[in-house]
Amino acid sequence: MDWAYLFEISLTGLASGGLYALAALAFVMVYKATRVVNIAIGEMLMVGAYLFFTFAVTFALPIWLAIPAAVLGAGLLGAVIERTMIRPLLGEPPISVFMVTVGLASVLVGLVEIIWTADQRRLPDFLPTTPVMVGDAFLAPKVFYGALIAVVLIAVVLLVFRFWRGGVALRATASDPAAAYSMGINVPRVFSLTWVASAMLAAVSGIIVGSIGGISSSMGVFGLSVLVVVIVGGLDSVLGALVGGLLIGLIEALAGTYLGGEYKLLVTFIVLVIVLMIRPYGLFGTHEIERL
Amino acid sequence: MRIGTLKETYTADAALFDSRTQHVWLAVGTALLLLFPFMASDYWLYLACLVSINVASATGLNILTGYTGLVSLGQAAFMGLGAYTVAILEIRVGSPFLLNLLAGGFVAMAGGLIVGIPSLRVKGLYLAIATIAASFIAHFLFANTAFTGGTAGLTLPPASLFGVVLDTSFRLYWIIVPVTLLMLLGAANLFRTRVGRAFIAIRDRDISAEVLGIALLRYKLLSFGLSSFYAGVAGGLWAYFFRVVTPESFPLSMSIFFLAAIIVGGMGSILGGILGAIFMTMVPELLKLGAGLLPGGSELTVFLSPVRTVVFGLLIIGFLVFEPHGLAEVWRRIRRFFHLWPFRN
Repeated sequence: MDWAYLFEISLTGLASGGLYALAALAFVMVYKATRVVNIAIGEMLMVGAYLFFTFAVTFALPIWLAIPAAVLGAGLLGAVIERTMIRPLLGEPPISVFMVTVGLASVLVGLVEIIWTADQRRLPDFLPTTPVMVGDAFLAPKVFYGALIAVVLIAVVLLVFRFWRGGVALRATASDPAAAYSMGINVPRVFSLTWVASAMLAAVSGIIVGSIGGISSSMGVFGLSVLVVVIVGGLDSVLGALVGGLLIGLIEALAGTYLGGEYKLLVTFIVLVIVLMIRPYGLFGTHEIERL
Repeated sequence: MRIGTLKETYTADAALFDSRTQHVWLAVGTALLLLFPFMASDYWLYLACLVSINVASATGLNILTGYTGLVSLGQAAFMGLGAYTVAILEIRVGSPFLLNLLAGGFVAMAGGLIVGIPSLRVKGLYLAIATIAASFIAHFLFANTAFTGGTAGLTLPPASLFGVVLDTSFRLYWIIVPVTLLMLLGAANLFRTRVGRAFIAIRDRDISAEVLGIALLRYKLLSFGLSSFYAGVAGGLWAYFFRVVTPESFPLSMSIFFLAAIIVGGMGSILGGILGAIFMTMVPELLKLGAGLLPGGSELTVFLSPVRTVVFGLLIIGFLVFEPHGLAEVWRRIRRFFHLWPFRN
């Protein structure tokens, strides 16, 4: 056993786990506030990355302008999605809303293929390229700085949740929409706001993921891993998203190195099944008590 | 309200098709199905077989999702189990055709029972995602075990029945369509029995059902088993129809296709499963025909596949937002309109 190598692999895994955690946070936010399982999270990531590609390459904007533009565009998309597809289904069974996001995923993939074709593209490099050394371990600079951005963003989001009025309104809506409504919180606006914020977060992680591995119309597969992360962590737990993200990132890296690339998804899904068998609501999810 | 359907015996009252109109339409439908292969071209026969296989599988998913309320994204994996069983039996053992189909169904059923075990503890969307896990594990097994032929898959010889080699759509039609009809009849009758009613009770509120004395685990597992049996037989037919079975033949998107089919058709309705599967299979073909009619068709073919993806998604969203009970409800409305037509509308 080569311990230094193991350490290096684990670090890379944790770093990519940070990216999972960021995307999972975008997912959990929507689930907490609106009880919608957004299976299209991977596709929203992809659209964010493609918007960045358009602004940075096609319109040749400088990077510092292209990123905010892409994030704003993604936020607009989030608002449109919430208004046209999610709002009309308020109060419908969760399965219906879930299937709407399945349809949304399909629409987004199709639109991306029509507008940008299915070819693989490369995003311009904007992250520093000097290798990062942690102790003796080498870490790919893109992965390291991507994880760094993810961690900073996650911290910002958590602080916003904690202290900003809108964040408090969001948490109130999440714990009891009816009570929040009667306390004067504009619940429909909170719903819109969550979708916008979630789409923006997804766009940022899409830009990072895309700049590491390139973008293509099949980038939505990343969403499958995110889905595993949130199920393992618990659909409505922010802490679960963070821990689950790091855990799945680590497991994928280890499985990919020691067993082979084709085992990655297999191992994560087996972990998912085991966690569900032991804790049906994920590691940190709320156990809902059913009453008649 | 229906009028003019007076019954004199209990058997007549309990019949599956109980009105004159239904009998007439049934006779017309059967006659059309019998005449169709003699009038249609090869392309339409191919489509008819494909539609028929999809109807069988969608009906299976409807038992599980529409009637028992357990969302599954593993239907394609169960079809794969059936298809691989049939392929291996045909190549290695050479057992008779109908026996292979049954075996395919039962192997898929066993798979369904295993996947169904968590369903007592894991509910709702957690369960849906657990079934995604099942389909990935199945895909991995298909691609990485020795006797499934790895990523290259398996190639079957054409099936033969009573000395007739079933190698064209025309010949397969006479097997695939009757098998599907038989399965549809079984499903339609299932929900008039104790078991079927237990499924419906579980869908409506599983805890209430348990209080009423329905053994939840047994019936949920039974539902998983039946649904995968349908998928397995459909997968077996699929294997004989395409005669090549690879791990990529049964992707997650195929499971999503079946879920979409029963949503578009109408969950919890046998007619809905049929209409949905027909509709969702035909839409891409109609798009292809439509693109061929437009001027500059050759340039448009590049966009055909993404447009198909977009239309597929829009159909799901559109039906959920505007017509949540699906095509079966549309059909019911049309029927009601013509019921007293032209005296009232």
